[in-house]
Amino acid sequence: MSRLGKKFRLPQAFDQAVPGQYWMLPCRFVNLDDNRYVLTNEVGEHLVVTRPQLEQFVRKTVSFHGDFYHDLKSKHFLIDDDSNVAVDLLALKYRTKAQQISQFTALHLFVVSLRCDYTCQYCQVSRQTDDKLAYDMSQETADRALEFVFRSPSPAIKIEFQGGEPLLNFPLIQYVVDQAKRINENHDKNIQFVITTNLSLLTDDILSFCLAHDICLSTSLDGPQDLHNLNRPRPGRNGYQLTVEGIRKAQAVLGRDKVGALMTTTEASLPRVREIIDTYLSLGMDAIFLRALSPYGFAVKTGQAYKYDVDRWFEFYKEGLNYVLEINRQGYPFVELYASMIINKIFSPFGTGYVDLQSPSGMAISAIVYNYDGDIYASDEARMLAEMGDKKFRLGSVHHDSYEDVILSDTVLDTLEATLSESLPMCNDCGFLPYCGTEPVYHHATQGDAVGHKATSGFCSKNMKIFRYLFTLLEDDPEARKILLSWVRP
Amino acid sequence: MIYLHSKNNTAHGEISHQRPFISKVITNSNLPFPLRASYALRWHGSTEALPQGFGLVLISSGKACPDRDAGNGLTNIVRLAPELDYLKEHDVIKFQPADCGINVLYRHEANSNAFLVTERCNSFCIMCSQPPRDINDHYLVDDMLEALPLIHSETHEICITGGEPTLWGDDFIQMIRASETHLPRTSLHILSNGRNFKNLDLAIKVAAVKHHDLMIGIPLYADYSQLHDYIVQADNAFDDTLRGILNLKRCRVPVEIRVVIHRENYHRLPQLAEFITRNLLFVDHVALMGLEIRGFAKSNLDAIWIDPYDYRNELAEAIDTLARSRMRVSLYNHPLCVIPEPVRRFAVKSISDWKNDFLNECQNCNSKQECGGFFSSNLTKTSDHIKAL
Ligand code: SF4
Ligand code: SF4
Repeated sequence: MSRLGKKFRLPQAFDQAVPGQYWMLPCRFVNLDDNRYVLTNEVGEHLVVTRPQLEQFVRKTVSFHGDFYHDLKSKHFLIDDDSNVAVDLLALKYRTKAQQISQFTALHLFVVSLRCDYTCQYCQVSRQTDDKLAYDMSQETADRALEFVFRSPSPAIKIEFQGGEPLLNFPLIQYVVDQAKRINENHDKNIQFVITTNLSLLTDDILSFCLAHDICLSTSLDGPQDLHNLNRPRPGRNGYQLTVEGIRKAQAVLGRDKVGALMTTTEASLPRVREIIDTYLSLGMDAIFLRALSPYGFAVKTGQAYKYDVDRWFEFYKEGLNYVLEINRQGYPFVELYASMIINKIFSPFGTGYVDLQSPSGMAISAIVYNYDGDIYASDEARMLAEMGDKKFRLGSVHHDSYEDVILSDTVLDTLEATLSESLPMCNDCGFLPYCGTEPVYHHATQGDAVGHKATSGFCSKNMKIFRYLFTLLEDDPEARKILLSWVRP
Repeated sequence: MIYLHSKNNTAHGEISHQRPFISKVITNSNLPFPLRASYALRWHGSTEALPQGFGLVLISSGKACPDRDAGNGLTNIVRLAPELDYLKEHDVIKFQPADCGINVLYRHEANSNAFLVTERCNSFCIMCSQPPRDINDHYLVDDMLEALPLIHSETHEICITGGEPTLWGDDFIQMIRASETHLPRTSLHILSNGRNFKNLDLAIKVAAVKHHDLMIGIPLYADYSQLHDYIVQADNAFDDTLRGILNLKRCRVPVEIRVVIHRENYHRLPQLAEFITRNLLFVDHVALMGLEIRGFAKSNLDAIWIDPYDYRNELAEAIDTLARSRMRVSLYNHPLCVIPEPVRRFAVKSISDWKNDFLNECQNCNSKQECGGFFSSNLTKTSDHIKAL
């Protein structure tokens, strides 16, 4: 190999590090399989390493000028005497990840009516009644809730209308949209609206209102006709048909990217993940969120939440994710949203807006719920829990409490403290921590404690399985890696 | 190749200039008399009737000329060297009365105009195309400041390069300020190794100029300190440069990262791309660049040359990583035919027109229009895989 000219010095001349002398920066590891470990640092950078590599790293015997040494250094797992800018960069990265905390709360859910035309077996909250006054949000309540919305420091605000079936109280939606836009003239926030609806009451007038105000629609679609109708009974048994027609109509008027759908998984869904995905595909959707059934409300009462355990659900999820990858391999870009959020946490320097994958939990600081009667909840799950008689996560009322009272309430502060993964038993030592989160309401509901015992937690066990599966794909299946990486949206 | 300097010009009659004369080239021979002394007239008319009173009259190399020594009373007539015949309206030149040399400071037709403002540098990169010289060259700063007011106001972009321009301290700031004052619609591109911006004060001063369209291009050659420091032959350069970038971005000054690829760093290119997306996602542009075989790159060529074809996989992976993170990426100085097809769309024709050339093979190429081709200096050493597309 040729040498540089005489004026130039060799690489060693610029190396101030001493072989075998380096400092480990804060990091964690967790086994991936029998031979490999996932090593992660405080800001979510990772390396997959073998057992001998891990031992070398810890014993400080990593070969001084090997690629592994440089990888560890470049990804800020170690620091040596040659350079200390890593500390500045880590501080910056940590701030970037945590930035959203200073910009709480982005998502505001308005439960504009508890009434619903469906009688879903797992639904936690809805009511069948014509008594508008009892279960619809009033203008006064909405006005007070809007005051809370605009107190939030977040530069971007999303208002999501929920139910029950929110279109049963459409006049109030119109009122809130108009009022919010008017108030925003003095705030200049980036403001967006979403209506979460079963679409059965969708009319042309509603669609033109959505079009005029750039409102997105989100609906529920559980899969093929028989499954959807089984999960979501409606007098007349035409729920599936109404939903599909509604989706098509809304897509035609608002555009495909303005119409989303969410699925709920039940016992009956488990063997049918491919059909469920096919239903989404045939409707021209570009993504699906394969969700687990939450253990609240009527779902608990009817025993639904425990009918299938994490292992069975994970088989369902894995089959679904594999099918989604297969669809991508066939040249059609299609995203599984839970995997996508995790992949984004792995590969982007930013945090996520998804409440359940944040530390501290995004309850109240990422999303907050204004119930029809003005009660404020830390999350939708918290509201469902309250419907079951447990008001632990009720934060107050727009009618009786000030914004400061609510945001600085013991409930919020205690929950934040109880959901800092970095200080939770087991999470604190877990290599997956940077990609994970906490679900205080879930742990409270299933284990009687917001912190929870992760060794027996369904949330932890579900996430661990998914993390391991995703990392294995990333490491061992180059084609899958390419597809998963295409989901990164920094 | 276009020459920006020549001493092969000849004076006819007397030269009245005692010191270097920086002026704008014009073609209007009817210019009011009081203005003429500050302009260089590009004269295509008869040499029998040469206009009077101009700072310089430039006539083409092929023209018959009045007798050089005749005491015909003519002053400041210069017959151009053939390689400078291209000089046109709006160009700006520096004339050296001592040897009749002409430096072209600004070409109106050029796709970019660079001002080399010093040859001094605090680094000593192994592939530097402009080897540092420790000389007192402050006149380069004065030249630029004098030329700026003469440059056409619709010029798209000018560039400040070196050496290391920040070594001038307050004069560096003055050059940015003057660029903004005299060329309020022209972008300013500065090439610096970024190390001096580790002092936040300098970054603050740059930001305080409030230049309307400024970009500082800063090289980062590796994802860890030892390799970068070796390539730039300076201890702590990696840390200084990174702190410099952070300081500039803290002051909201646009920054471009420039990566020259060669044998010493190509194998870490994917990791460098990842490092950039994790740590420097906020920079405004990333340019991946092929070697320009001049200066040290030429004398060290055997040690640092790698056929771009041999790093095409690393290159494609790096570009993928950067583009996936929504960073603006460009690939400079790479012939299209050696770049993997999926990343060809990132290739930019970046070589300044005056030093841009093509090979014989290129004459049959369907992509020649889109291809950046070669540095003139690189024609002797090109990839073994140049093949008409
Ligand atoms: S919940 Fe489980 S997977 Fe998540 S960080 Fe805690 S221990 Fe790790
Ligand atoms: S053959 Fe020449 S013009 Fe064509 S792509 Fe290659 S270098 Fe460019």
